[in-house]
Amino acid sequence: MSDMSYMYLGWGVPLVTLAVYSASLVVRGRALSRKVPAERRRWTS
Amino acid sequence: MTTPQAISASHPAGVRAPNGTGSSVSRVLGVVALAAMGLLVWLAFVASPRDAIQGDLVRLLFLHPALAWTAYLACFIATAASIQHLRKGTVGSDILAHSAVELGAVMTLLTLVTGSVWGRPTWGVWWVWDARLTSTAMLFLLLLGYLALHRIDAAPEVRSKRSAVLGVLLVPNVLLVHQSVEWWRTLHQDATLLDRQFDFGTSDLFMFTMIFGFVAVTLVFSWLLLHRFRVGWLEHQVESEWLDEAIEARRAEAHAESHDGTPTTGGVAR
Repeated sequence: MSDMSYMYLGWGVPLVTLAVYSASLVVRGRALSRKVPAERRRWTS
Repeated sequence: MTTPQAISASHPAGVRAPNGTGSSVSRVLGVVALAAMGLLVWLAFVASPRDAIQGDLVRLLFLHPALAWTAYLACFIATAASIQHLRKGTVGSDILAHSAVELGAVMTLLTLVTGSVWGRPTWGVWWVWDARLTSTAMLFLLLLGYLALHRIDAAPEVRSKRSAVLGVLLVPNVLLVHQSVEWWRTLHQDATLLDRQFDFGTSDLFMFTMIFGFVAVTLVFSWLLLHRFRVGWLEHQVESEWLDEAIEARRAEAHAESHDGTPTTGGVAR
């Protein structure tokens, strides 16, 4: 593998992982917030 | 369990609370973090020159130390929250510690991966049992241990307290990771950024990009921690609501039992 391949791998893995983790948090948050009244979600007030 | 319809009915007419874990503050933070990461990628790939010795591989160093820093930061937050939980027993401190540990595990894993990807062309190996690498792997296992302990089948307060004891051990482990390059002879380089005597011999743009990497990744970390904390808060609300319903059902059952005079069988149904 060339140096550029290692560089793209070294940047690609963290960026994709962080993007997937962020998306999973948003999806989990939306699913859970449907079960909790707004007055118990402090950040909505 | 409160249904979505019941939740909608609890709001005043025409006012609809937003779903999810977002708020105006988190949205601003998210936009700033995303813009900072975009700028970091531009600085790392376009603006910064190749290094005379490392060539293009030096661009990995704009990300790897910043990821390691956020892993440390997560451990500091988790330990502080764990101590707070052991002292006061508050739910918020347990959720914060758990959130920081989960995020710390992600950041530690990414630190190990990026270090390994940099090490293969530079050192010739993906992995070596060097003191820094081994202690970082131990830290990762400790973080996984915390997450496993937090999932055991026990009463929530028992589970939280046991996890908090493990959470207190995170900062001593971080100190071990950080000092490993000083205490043992290692292949990994010393803490050059904190060494004031060290001559980097690099361009100002290189240093700026490296320091900006710390800022950008810390912003992303802050956004993730905020949302992870809110997810944890929602999970706690759902869990405690179920517990309230179970207690209420058991009380009703006991009340009926005392009036009828006949014992009922079975426990609390979910």
